[in-house]
Amino acid sequence: MELLLQAFSWLLTPESWTQQGGALQRLFEHLGVTIGVVALSAGIALPLGVMIGHTRRWTTAVALLAGAARAIPTLGLLTLLGLALGIGLGAPVLALLVLAAPPLLAGAYAGVQAVDPEAVDGARSVGMSEAEIIRSVELPLALPVIVGGIRSATLQVVATATLAAYTSDTGLGRYIFSGLKSRDYPELIAGSLLVIALALLLDGSFALLMKSRSRAPRSDRQTTTIPLERNPS
Amino acid sequence: MKWLNQNVGSLLELTVAHLALAVPAILLSLVIAVPIGWTAQRLRWARDPALALVGVLYAIPSLPLFVLVPVVLGIGIRSSANAIIVLTVYATAIMVRSAADAFSSVPLEARMSATAIGYSTWHRFWSVDLPLAIPVMLAGLRVVVVSTVSLVTVGSVIGIPSLGTLFTDGFQRGIVAEVAAGLIVTVLIALVLDGICILAGRALTPWARAAEAR
Repeated sequence: MELLLQAFSWLLTPESWTQQGGALQRLFEHLGVTIGVVALSAGIALPLGVMIGHTRRWTTAVALLAGAARAIPTLGLLTLLGLALGIGLGAPVLALLVLAAPPLLAGAYAGVQAVDPEAVDGARSVGMSEAEIIRSVELPLALPVIVGGIRSATLQVVATATLAAYTSDTGLGRYIFSGLKSRDYPELIAGSLLVIALALLLDGSFALLMKSRSRAPRSDRQTTTIPLERNPS
Repeated sequence: MKWLNQNVGSLLELTVAHLALAVPAILLSLVIAVPIGWTAQRLRWARDPALALVGVLYAIPSLPLFVLVPVVLGIGIRSSANAIIVLTVYATAIMVRSAADAFSSVPLEARMSATAIGYSTWHRFWSVDLPLAIPVMLAGLRVVVVSTVSLVTVGSVIGIPSLGTLFTDGFQRGIVAEVAAGLIVTVLIALVLDGICILAGRALTPWARAAEAR
């Protein structure tokens, strides 16, 4: 408990935040890597997932892939890529891209696939092209599930980005690894608290976003369609 | 291969250490989550807050939790207890949701029939609710097994021995084969434990196969 108080006093010291390589800089690094990786991964995985959901091909393969990805230990992937690509931002970013893809893919294809076929057939019968069907029927109806996938991917990446400091000195994870090495426990604990706060803040933002966007009446079933697609890492 | 030949002993040792952390956490999460899931299903007002709470727990990144749990509980950061507690938190977070869904999936008729012929709540839990909840609960347990086995490796960066030690050691010494061996064996353990879950599920729900055969 003594250590917790010291960690809080570290957090309340302005210099901890503003100095070169301070908490503010690392917080922005962490957030920047997270947003960048999720955006990049979404740019590839979402269109692919929507196409798979629309054509209903390869759905079993994608479901298997998403399941298998859960079994791969993130630290193993990170260190293997670290050895292959060397110290630097390349290896963790590549590992994070790979980890973000399965929940994004799963959210996109499951969301589109769950759209009522009658709505799609109706759109087709009034003469909409396939592209129009995707854009103005399937995407709007699938949006909540797609956003759910983005939420899972973001949580996965923000958590794993902490671990990424093991192979490259980026983000808030640096406090944890340098604190462990130098036995600077207040800094170690303060860094841990910051990562937790950032993750909960991001998750809470998604929860608010999804709540404000869903005008349809809440149902208990809806909340369980994407059951926890990420590794807790 | 050369690395493997020289290190079979330590690979086995770390595999045992890995299992000694993962298996207790998985079993503990079952013991904790089943009563919570059952209660959440009976008290409708408790369901949403309970699920929201486990959702928040699940959102916490694991590495910081590996650091904070020992500080708050006053146990050693490199102790097995620390790893088992952290792993149990995540496993329980998945399992509570799954158990709540599982108990909701039990047909109302089955429960009401049991009550009608005079089963006590306790008796009904063991002979109606729990057995009929197994199929849905098993799906959750399989997710727990696979993700727990993978999560154990994170503890190695703070010095808790497991197959993850092969990642940290291999990375520091630049031995690709060591990291690769750790990856492969971790995935293999997850697959084997997953298989055991499937077999146990079959043994515990003989009626499911009888229905299939018909």
